Amino acid sequence: MNTFLEKEARFLDQPLGLGPRGFLLLATICLLGVYFFPLWNLTMFAPQYQEGLRMDIYSYKLEGGNKGQDIKEINVLNHYIGMKDIEVSDFTEFKWIPFVVGIIGLLFLRAAVFGKMAHLLDVLVLYVYFGLFSLWSFGFKMYSYGHNLAPTASVKIDPFMPPMFGYKKLANFEVYSYPKFGSYALAAAAVLLLLACWLGWKDWRKAGARAA
Amino acid sequence: MSQKKKSLLTWGILGAVLVAGILTGRCAPSAPKGAKKSPAGASDMAVAAQKTYVAPGDLDEYYFFASGGHSGQIYVYGVPSMRHLSTIPVYTPYPATGYGFDDESKAMLGGFTWGDVHHPSLSETNGDYDGRWLFVNDMNARIARVDLRDFKTKQILGPLPNISGNHGSAFVTPNSEYAMMASRFSIPIPKGTAAGVDKYATDYKGVVCAVKIEPKTGEMSMAWQIVTPPFNWDLGDAGKKASDGWMFWTCYNSERATGKLEVTASQKDRDYIAAVDWKAAEKAAAEGKGDMIGGVKVIDPKKVPGIIYLMPCGKSPHGVDVSPDGKYIIGSGKLQGVTTAFNFEKIQTAIKNKDFTGDEDGIPVLKYESIKDAEIPVGLGPLHTQFGPNGEAYTSLFVDSAIAKWKLGTWEVIDKIPMSYSIGHLTAAEGDTVNPDGKYLIGLNKLSHGRHLSVGPSQPESSQLVDITEEKMKLLYDAFTEPEPHYAQLIHRDKVKPIEVYPKEENKHPLAIWDVKDAGVTRKGNEVLAKVVLVRSTITPEFIEVQQGDIVKVAMTNIEQTTDELHGFGLLDYNINIVVDPGETKVVTFKADKPGVYPYYCTNFCSALHQEMQGYLIVKPKS
Repeated sequence: MNTFLEKEARFLDQPLGLGPRGFLLLATICLLGVYFFPLWNLTMFAPQYQEGLRMDIYSYKLEGGNKGQDIKEINVLNHYIGMKDIEVSDFTEFKWIPFVVGIIGLLFLRAAVFGKMAHLLDVLVLYVYFGLFSLWSFGFKMYSYGHNLAPTASVKIDPFMPPMFGYKKLANFEVYSYPKFGSYALAAAAVLLLLACWLGWKDWRKAGARAA
Repeated sequence: MSQKKKSLLTWGILGAVLVAGILTGRCAPSAPKGAKKSPAGASDMAVAAQKTYVAPGDLDEYYFFASGGHSGQIYVYGVPSMRHLSTIPVYTPYPATGYGFDDESKAMLGGFTWGDVHHPSLSETNGDYDGRWLFVNDMNARIARVDLRDFKTKQILGPLPNISGNHGSAFVTPNSEYAMMASRFSIPIPKGTAAGVDKYATDYKGVVCAVKIEPKTGEMSMAWQIVTPPFNWDLGDAGKKASDGWMFWTCYNSERATGKLEVTASQKDRDYIAAVDWKAAEKAAAEGKGDMIGGVKVIDPKKVPGIIYLMPCGKSPHGVDVSPDGKYIIGSGKLQGVTTAFNFEKIQTAIKNKDFTGDEDGIPVLKYESIKDAEIPVGLGPLHTQFGPNGEAYTSLFVDSAIAKWKLGTWEVIDKIPMSYSIGHLTAAEGDTVNPDGKYLIGLNKLSHGRHLSVGPSQPESSQLVDITEEKMKLLYDAFTEPEPHYAQLIHRDKVKPIEVYPKEENKHPLAIWDVKDAGVTRKGNEVLAKVVLVRSTITPEFIEVQQGDIVKVAMTNIEQTTDELHGFGLLDYNINIVVDPGETKVVTFKADKPGVYPYYCTNFCSALHQEMQGYLIVKPKS
C-alpha cells in the first residue's frame, strides 16, 4: 500500500515533457473557440417553415437565424403552448461560462508552465467536471422550458423534453439539436488533455523502467 | 339546228347550272378558312407544356406587370406560367389589402374610386430596367408611382392642371429623368374654362407634359408642359441611345374635328407623330420661358421654337415605338397595311435643313419622304411594336388579329402568328429597353370568346404567351387576365428585389408601438387615440370605449417580423377594413357616430387562433 502511495506521489511529482506541455497549450487555444463560435444549435422545421427556424447557443449569447427573427418566431409559437419566452436575461450561464472558461484556460497555462503531472490531472478533473456540469445545466434548461408550461395556455400539451442531441418530432415540428464548433473545440481540448496525460504516463513508465 | 336539239341544249345547260349551283351552294363552309385549328402535334403540345410548366414550389422567370385598365389596378403575373401572383391597387380602393381605407391611402386616392391605367412604365437606368419603380398613368390626369421594393403605390400626382385624358403616359426617359403625360381629349385651358365645341379648332388645346422624377426617392413633381393644337395625343415612347433626349407622341384627329370623330377625324391621309426635344424644353423651362396657365409653366411652340416638330404618319396612328438602338421610330396608321420606320438621323437632318412642308400653329411639319426609311408590309391594322435582341421587331395587327415578326434594317417580314383575338398591345421580355431579352412575347388581346369556359356576357381579356426563341413564333399558352390589359411590362426576376417584411428599425411612424404594454386608449377633448398592437393572436387593446360623436383615431402596428404574417382590422358596421403588413403601422380616423357595440377582428387569416383575434368598440350614446 505504501509503495502505491509513494509511487503515486512520485507520479504526481513527475515533471511534464515537452509533448504534454505542448498539448496543454493547444488545449488552451481550443478554449478560445468558446468566445467566437456557437456551442450548440437547435433547428426546427415545419411545413410552414421550410427554411427552418434556427437558434445558435453561444457561451455568452443566443443568436436566432434570419437576423435574429427566428427566436422571436419561436417565442411567438411557444406562447400558444404557454412556454416561457426564451430570453438572454434568463441564462445565468452566459455570465459564468465565459468567466469559468477563462479561469480554466489560465489553469491550463499554469499546468503547462509549472509542468507537473499533478497540475495536469487537476485541470483534467476540473475540466471534466465543468463539461459535465455545463451539459447538465443545458439539459436542465431545456427540461425547464419544456416542463414549466403556463396552465392558462391556449394549447395544452404534455410537458416534454426537447432533444439535447439528435432529432425529435414535436407536434408539427422536426427538431434537431446538435453541438457546433464551440463544443467541438471544447471536446478537442478534452482530448488534448487526455493525450497529454497519456504521454505523461508513458514518460513516467519509461523513466520508471530506467530507474529500475 | 333543229328545234328539238335546241331545247335539249337549253335543258342541258340549265341542268349543268343547277348541278353546279347545288354543288357550290351546299359547299359553303361553316367557318372561315384557316379557322380550323390545325391539330397541334402531340410533340408541339408537349414542348409548349414543358416550356410553360413551372413545377409546384418553383419560381417563374419573369414578372409580368399588366395594366388593369379601368379597374385602376396593376396585376402581377409570373411568366412563363402566367399565374396571377398579386394585385397592386393604384387608383381604386382594394379591400383585399385595405388599400383606400386607411388615412394615408385614402388621402392619396383623393376622393376618386376609379382610374384608368393603360401604360405601366418601369424605371430605367441607361435605358435598361432597374427594377426600382413602376409608373402608371390614369386618364384622370394623374400619374402614380409603385415602389417595387414592397409592390405598393407610394404616390399619386394629380389631377394635373391643363391635362385632360392622360393616355400618352407614363413612358419614362432612359435614366428616369421624366415620366410623360399627354392630353387625349383637348379642352379649353386652364381646366374649368368653358367654350362651345364650335370653337374647338382655336380654343381647345392639346397639352403634353413632363413629370420630373427625383432620382433617389422617385418622388414625382410637375416639370413643364407644351401647348399644342387640339390634336388627340395618343401614345408615346421616349427616345433612347441615338435618340436620347427626344420624346415621341402619336396623335389622331389632326383635322381638329368634332362630333362623329370616327368619320370627321379620318378625312386626312396623314396624322402626326410629334417629336419633342425634351432637353430643349427642359432648358427653356429653366430659362423661365413659357406662360403660367392653371398654375403651371406652359411652353408655347409659337413663342419658343425648336422644341417640337411634327412627323407625318399614316392616318390615325396608335402606337409609336423606338428601336433598342434608338435609330428608328416605328409608327403607322392603325387602318394601314404597312408600318413606317422613321430614321432618327434623317429627322435631325430634316430639322437642320428646314425640310418642312408647312406648320400647325407654328409647329413645323417635316417632309414624310425625307424622314422615312421604310414601309414594312406587316399586315392590316398595325398598332404597336416590340423588339428582340438581334434586330427583331414584333408588330401587333389588330385587324389581322396577328403578330408580324420582321427585321430592322432589312425590313423583311419573317413570320406571322394569329392571335385570339384582336390583339392590342404586346409586350416582349424587356422588349422596350435598349437590351431586349427575346424569349417571351405576350399578345394582349381584346377579345377571348370561345377560348375559355363561358362566364357570361362579361368576357375576360386574353393574354397569349408566345415563344420567340426560334425563327418561327410559337404559341405557348392562353391566359385570361383581369380587365383590362392595355400595355404591360416584362422584367426578369433578378432585377426585382422586394422585401418580405417591413424591418422594424425602418418604421419611423410617430404612432408605432412595438410592445403590448404600450397599447391603450388616450383622450384629448373629443379626440380618442387608440394605439393598437397586432400580433398572433391578439388585438391589444381588446376593448376600445368611446363616446358617441368622438373622433376616433386607431393607429395599429403589426409587430410581427415574419413573412406572410399579415393582420387585418375589420370594424363592422363602420365600413373600416385595414390590413397591416408585418412591421407596418397604419392609421384610420373616423367619427364614432353610431352608438352601440361593434366588433373588430383580424380579417387576414394569421394563425390557428385567428378566430380569437377580436375585440369590441363600445360607443356610449350621448346622454
